[in-house]
Amino acid sequence: MSVVRMKPLIETIVQALVDHPEAVLVTSVEDEQTITYKLSVHKEDIGKVIGKQGRTIHAIRTVVYAAAARQPKRVIVQVNEEG
Amino acid sequence: MKEVTATAATVDEAVQLALQQLGVSRDRAEIIVLEKGRKGLFGIFGSKPAVVKAKLIADPVEEAELFLKNVVKQMGATAVEIEKQQNGNQVTFMITGEQVGLLIGKHGQTLNSLQLLTQLVANRYAKEYVSIIVDAENYRERRKKALIQLAQKLAEKAIKTGKEIKLEPLPAHERKIIHTALANNEKVTTYSVGEEPRRYVVISPIK
Repeated sequence: MSVVRMKPLIETIVQALVDHPEAVLVTSVEDEQTITYKLSVHKEDIGKVIGKQGRTIHAIRTVVYAAAARQPKRVIVQVNEEG
Repeated sequence: MKEVTATAATVDEAVQLALQQLGVSRDRAEIIVLEKGRKGLFGIFGSKPAVVKAKLIADPVEEAELFLKNVVKQMGATAVEIEKQQNGNQVTFMITGEQVGLLIGKHGQTLNSLQLLTQLVANRYAKEYVSIIVDAENYRERRKKALIQLAQKLAEKAIKTGKEIKLEPLPAHERKIIHTALANNEKVTTYSVGEEPRRYVVISPIK
């Protein structure tokens, strides 16, 4: 099993869903127990990333959390809603 | 998106050349004529070559497959195989290998999320709606059997107790399996309640 890196995983998923892949930016903040990944996308793409009733962001989180299951720290994915 | 520009004596030749460079047939590329070209006097004086631009039209199924492969690999499941089956507008990606547990998740929730995302990617490029199924080690068939069994067991319980039974929230295609399994049971009716993604089936005894 290779080392699973969350940032490229989030980027791969999100870039494939949006109209402005070049505007996708993932930053992370780490504390003792958690790593929070903050996702910024182009303003026009915010709706695409969240999806109807939050379905898309829910699916993105489910996939990322599954990949992070073997990591010692809890992982959180946040969407920057200001674009 | 991949594109090439080609120059030749005529537009037709330039198009052929561009398609060759892209390695696709005519229906897979969008052609833009930049210069029509001119033969010139005696084909020598004042001639101008034709220039065309050819853009590759993305294939929804190929894009979906590429996306799924990339995501699965980056999730850490590097030793799996993905096989594609296409039946009209329905495409099934069957994942096999030792690490599929990671991709299936509790009650298939990871698999369902992968399916939703792959479906979104495919339909970004599709003219006609493409339905995507992502399966792993026949999980869908096993899950279906388990849901039918559960439906029958709970229907019996509902009849016996005379009380409605609420199931756990399920995705739409799994709720349908429950409804279908009990459609011919005259002693119960089924309906769904709540908002996605927490919508659930209720099995109700007919009094």
